[in-house]
Parts: sequence; structure tokens; C-alpha cells
Amino acid sequence: MNRRSTRLVALTAATGLAVAALSGCASGSSGPEETGGDVTVTWWHNGTGEPLKSFWEEVAAEFEADHPGVTVDVEAFQNEDLQRTLIPNALQAGGDAAPDLFMVWAEGEIKAQVEAGYLKDLSGLTDVVESVGGAGTGWNVDGKQYGIPFRFGIEGIWYNSDQFEQAGITETPATFDEFGEAITKLAESGVSPIGVGAGDGWPAAHWWYQFAIKTCSGDSLKKAAETLDFSDACFVEAGENLKSWMDGFEGDLPFQANPTSTPAQSVPNSAAGLLAAQTTSMELMGTWHRGEVAKLVPGAPADNPPAPEWLSWMPVPDIEGAAGEPGAALGSGDAGGVYVDAPDETLELLEYVMSEDVQTRFAATGEIPTVAGAEAGITDPVLKQIAEGTVNASLVVTWLDTQYGPVIGQAMNDAIVNLMFGNGTPEQIPEAMNAAAATL
Amino acid sequence: MTATETTGPAVSAAGPAPAPSTRRRNRARAGQRREVALFAGPAVIVYVVFVLLPVLLAGYYSFFNWNGLGPLDRFVGIDNYVRLLTDPVFHTSVYNNFFIIVLSLLVQGPIAILVALLMNRRLRFRGMLRALIFVPYVLSEVTAGLAWQILLQSVPPTRWGPFDTMLQGIGIQDPPAWLADPNVVMWTMFGILTWKYLGLAIILMLAGLAGVPEELYEAAALDGAGWWKTQWYITVPLLGPTIRIWAFLSIIGSLQLFDMVWIVTGGGPLNASNTMAVYMVKYGLNVSQIGFGSAVAVVLFFISLFIALGYQRFALRRDLEGSLTGGKRT
Repeated sequence: MNRRSTRLVALTAATGLAVAALSGCASGSSGPEETGGDVTVTWWHNGTGEPLKSFWEEVAAEFEADHPGVTVDVEAFQNEDLQRTLIPNALQAGGDAAPDLFMVWAEGEIKAQVEAGYLKDLSGLTDVVESVGGAGTGWNVDGKQYGIPFRFGIEGIWYNSDQFEQAGITETPATFDEFGEAITKLAESGVSPIGVGAGDGWPAAHWWYQFAIKTCSGDSLKKAAETLDFSDACFVEAGENLKSWMDGFEGDLPFQANPTSTPAQSVPNSAAGLLAAQTTSMELMGTWHRGEVAKLVPGAPADNPPAPEWLSWMPVPDIEGAAGEPGAALGSGDAGGVYVDAPDETLELLEYVMSEDVQTRFAATGEIPTVAGAEAGITDPVLKQIAEGTVNASLVVTWLDTQYGPVIGQAMNDAIVNLMFGNGTPEQIPEAMNAAAATL
Repeated sequence: MTATETTGPAVSAAGPAPAPSTRRRNRARAGQRREVALFAGPAVIVYVVFVLLPVLLAGYYSFFNWNGLGPLDRFVGIDNYVRLLTDPVFHTSVYNNFFIIVLSLLVQGPIAILVALLMNRRLRFRGMLRALIFVPYVLSEVTAGLAWQILLQSVPPTRWGPFDTMLQGIGIQDPPAWLADPNVVMWTMFGILTWKYLGLAIILMLAGLAGVPEELYEAAALDGAGWWKTQWYITVPLLGPTIRIWAFLSIIGSLQLFDMVWIVTGGGPLNASNTMAVYMVKYGLNVSQIGFGSAVAVVLFFISLFIALGYQRFALRRDLEGSLTGGKRT
């Protein structure tokens, strides 16, 4: 070995040491970049669309102005990337790589993150926790609050009021029988009554969820969620009820033809696109659907498209005589959680995001807030209706796939689509769920 | 060997010198090593970091029940593999990959050769035709997939979409549900893939045809061979290396098939169009079962490796002589 290469080795070794030292520092300081009092708080959310993206940036800027020395690094990511890749990888990497304030999903999802020790207990923020009331339940793990929802609402049936009128439906159906009559009337008037994006699985599965919460008692649902044992007979019954309801209609009804090739949203040929183009009359979907439909109305402007005037909303009707709690609804929301080693300023930022002032302005952008009093900001009559429906629901059950976690969720959704549009049986749904639970 | 001898450094090493000839040879060998390291080093590093290491890590993860969060502490042995190999949904996925491989070889290959033979003759608008045939290959997978999805959809309240209406215009009254019928969907996928990748096959075959010496055709013509006979006995055998390489690319592409299926059907309807890669994303990554997903990746890796090595050993043997197998030293 000549001298030149010896020097090279020494240099490499020195660099290696320096890198090791640097990374040692980084992991030692556990996240917050506290050099000379300056702190950077990273905030990841899924509000990639407008006006939400600018709104969160505005909120971050206001917080920075009130807290000299604090920089808020706010970034929006596409929902699935954020949920499945970015956040898990960042949490796994830990230290500075992990965001400080980020989206957390309810029940099964947040539980996995809590068990891995990534989330800070937010129970200390008593005022904030109290201000959201019952909406926060889904983010409570073993009596401790790990996420605070800033948006929360129940799903319902979005419908085209013009087409309802043309079909001679004067009152919104209050029972499942009336709902069935409305479907027949719509079909007779020449439109496709209900659109469903069964290609993506979950939009179809929500129909079964609705039958499940209307067929199973509150206690059965609670027990199933706790034990992940789905042997209760009501889960089979839910499928039987759904299937016999569907079989009561002719041909493809109540849904559009070939639903298994229809995606959920985002593209013109999706179920949301069909509703927007007025080729279907109804769709069962969550609160975000208003914005989704607005975007897909043919000829809609790219910036802040207005929701079409005919777009109306009603809660899913109750099934007469069913064992489920009357007035039970399915819903969930989006929440913020805090990384375990995040700087304390993150908690202040979360408090600010959840303040009545910010939540009221959030509501004014066309969202459903969680903080009591902020609903005053809702101007849109349809959203007001959803907010009221959420408050009035006797029981709000989190989306079943979120509640049981993605593994059981996927198996359940596959089996449901198979029951609705393939050759599956009602029994196969709880069977598939139990089998998936065994792999956890 | 002769060229490398001059590349050694011209500095003399210190210490007791061995016999001059050995020393010179040692120095030459060191120089050669340095050269190899310089040229191959970056590629080796990239290969190790982005290929070998992930493969080994996936192999390691596949023995754990791991959701991607927290430490790897739930060792489950071969449970993931047992679950995978007994899952009928995975069986369908493997079947679908082989369905595409077999159909590609049996259908796309002959069509590509025929079209290439045709295009190799003097034709009017030949340049334009070649460009048109190649256009689908240039389109991005997502764009092409979405376009097909829109063409093949059903528009309520009818069962038909734009593509069906076109078919009805030419008298086919009751076309199948292209993307919604589990028995039809893989044929539809194959149709879309053929539309997309036939252009590449044709261009490859045309390049192969350009390498067939003109004299052979002249000789065949003098011997009185007709056009078909000439193609069968001269062109096709001489196209052999091109056909074998195309078939190899086609097999590998079919084994890795993901994006087109993901965009057009997402593996549906009712899991009828899953491929191994789609299955891996759906039941591994998307449900946070990283250990199980890794097991799928390992199985996919071994199936691909086995087929690729087998193909190289038996089909590409002559074509690759000397480049991979060491060959004759000169």
C-alpha cells in the first residue's frame, strides 16, 4: 500500500467517524432541533386539495407569527402515500425523520402505532380533549387520548334532488321500505338509482356495514371490536338482510350495471363521477363526497369548484324491526397525533389548530369541525344537515374496516363484494374475518 | 492480458525486491484489480444496496409477523409461506401471470413476426405505419390504463360504454362485460397488453430482419423458393436470436406485471385479475403486513430467478456464449 492510499484510508476513517458522530448527535437530541432557541415543527397532513392546503399553510403562518423562534414546516401528501408509506417509514426511522404533528387514523390503526411506542399521550390537553367530546373516542387507546380529531362526520346518502323530483319522490325516505320504493321510482324514470364503486371494494362494503350496525346490537358490535371474534350470528344475518334487500329488485338494481369495474372516486368513470355527471341518482359516502363530486362535475373549474345545487344528503334510513340501535350511524374523521419525541411546541400548535377560532374558519371552508361551537362556521345547508345528523346519531360506529384494522378490513371487504356481486354467501364474511384475525 | 501490463504504476515498491519478473506480474495484477474496481465498483455498490440487500432483507422479514412499526420481534418461522401457498387468491395470481406469459408467446410473437415481415417490404407510408405501431409503447402505463378503463366502462343506466357502442355499430350486439366479468377480465387485460407491447416486439423483429444478409434471399430466389418458403427457411431461423431475446423480455415482463393491472382493474373484479405483484401490494403493503408481503416477494423472486436461469441455460445458450459463461479465453 503506498502513501497516497494510506492517506485515503485515514481520510475515509475520519469521515466515517464524523458521520457516526453526527448521527449520534441526531439520535441523541431526540427530534427537536433546539439550537439557540429555534425550533422547527414538522406537520404532515392529507389536505392536498384547495382550499384546505392553503388554509393549513395560513394556520401555520399565524402560529409562527405568535411564536417567535418556531418554524412550522407544513406539508400535504396524498392520503394513501401518507398513511401506508410515508408515516410508517418515518416513524420507523425515528429521530428527525419522524414528523412532529401528523394524521392518525382511528381504532385499529392508531392502536398499532401506540403499541410500537410512537405516539405521545395527549390526555394532558384536557380542554382540547373535552372540546371534541364523543368524536374523540376512536383515538382513545386504553383510556389515554393519542389523537384529536379535527374533522368528524357520519356517512349518508348523497342524492340528486332534481332527479328525485322528476321521479315523483316528494319526501326523503325515512324507512328502508320507503327507500326501496324511491329506488323503484327512480329506475322507472330512466336513471340508474344507486352508484357504487365496487371496483375498490370498500364503497360496496359500506352497504354491508350499514346493515351490520342496523342488525347487530351495540353490545355485539362492541364485543366484536374488542375481541376480534366475529362469531356472533348477527354478522351472518347482516349479510342475509343485505342480500335479500338486493334480491328484491329486478336485474342489476338497485345498483348500476357492472359495479365491480367502477372505481370509487377521483376519475370521471368512478362512482363519484357517475353521480356528478347525473347518470346515477344516489351514492352512500362520507362527508368528503361533496368536494369529490364538485370536482368531477363535467366542465367544473379546476380551482374551488362549487358543489352542484342538486346535490343533497340524507341519513341512511333505519330498518324497521331490526335489532340494531335505532339512529345508529357509521362515521369517522381525521385526527392529529404527536410524535413521542416531538418538541413541546407541537402541543401548542395542536391546541391552536383545535381552537374554536381555527375550527370555525375550517368549517367555513366546507368541512365539518369537531370543536363545540365551531359548527357556527358552517354556511352550507347540506353540511349543516350532516353536522346535525352527527350530533343526533344515537351511536356513531367507526368504519368497520378502520375499526378492525386493515388486515381484517381487506378480507371483510373482499368477502362482501363477493356476496353482493359474486357467488359468496353471508356466512363467508364472518368466516373470512375470523381467518384474517388469526393472522394478526 | 498484454494490454493490462502497461497500466501498472511506474513507482518502485520499497523493501527487498523479489525476482523482477514476478514483481512486474504482481504489479500488473494489482493494476488490473484497480481497473476492475474502478469500472465495476459503482455498479456493484448500486446493485448491492438496491438489489441484493433488499432481497436479503425481504427474505429475513418474511419469517416475521411484522406490521412495519416497532421492532421485529414476532418470529413465525415459515407460517407466512404456508399461508401464502395455501391461499386460493394467490394461486389465481400465479395462474394469471402464467396465462399472460403463454398467451404472449403464442399470440404476440407470431403476430409480431408477420407484421414485421410485412413492414419489411416496400410499402407506401411505411415510416408512418411504423410510428403508429410504436405509439402505444411510448405512452405511459397510467395514461394508457385510464384511457382503456374509460373506453371499457359501462355508462349507466345502460350496460354499455364507448367501446361497446362501437362494437354495436359493426353488428356485435351483446359484447361481454370487459372489466366486470371475472371470466373475461384476463382476456381483456391480455388484449390491452398486446396493444401496448406489440409495437416493441415488431420493432425488435424489424431490427432482426435488417440483419439478414440480402445474398441469402438472392440465393433462395435463384433456387426457385417462393416468398413463404424463403421466410420459413431463411428469415425465421436467422431471426432466432431476436425471437429468443424478445421472448425472454416478454416472460420477465409478464412475471413482473403490475402497473397496467393496478390501474385498469386493481386486481378485480372479485380478485380475478390479480398478478403476483398486485397480490403482494394488496395483501402485504396496503394492509401493513410487511412480513407476509416479503414472503410474497421472495416467492416471486425465486419463480422469476428459476425461469430466467432456466431460459438462459436452455434457450439463450448459443446467443450468450462467451458473454456470461466465461467463453474461450484469448
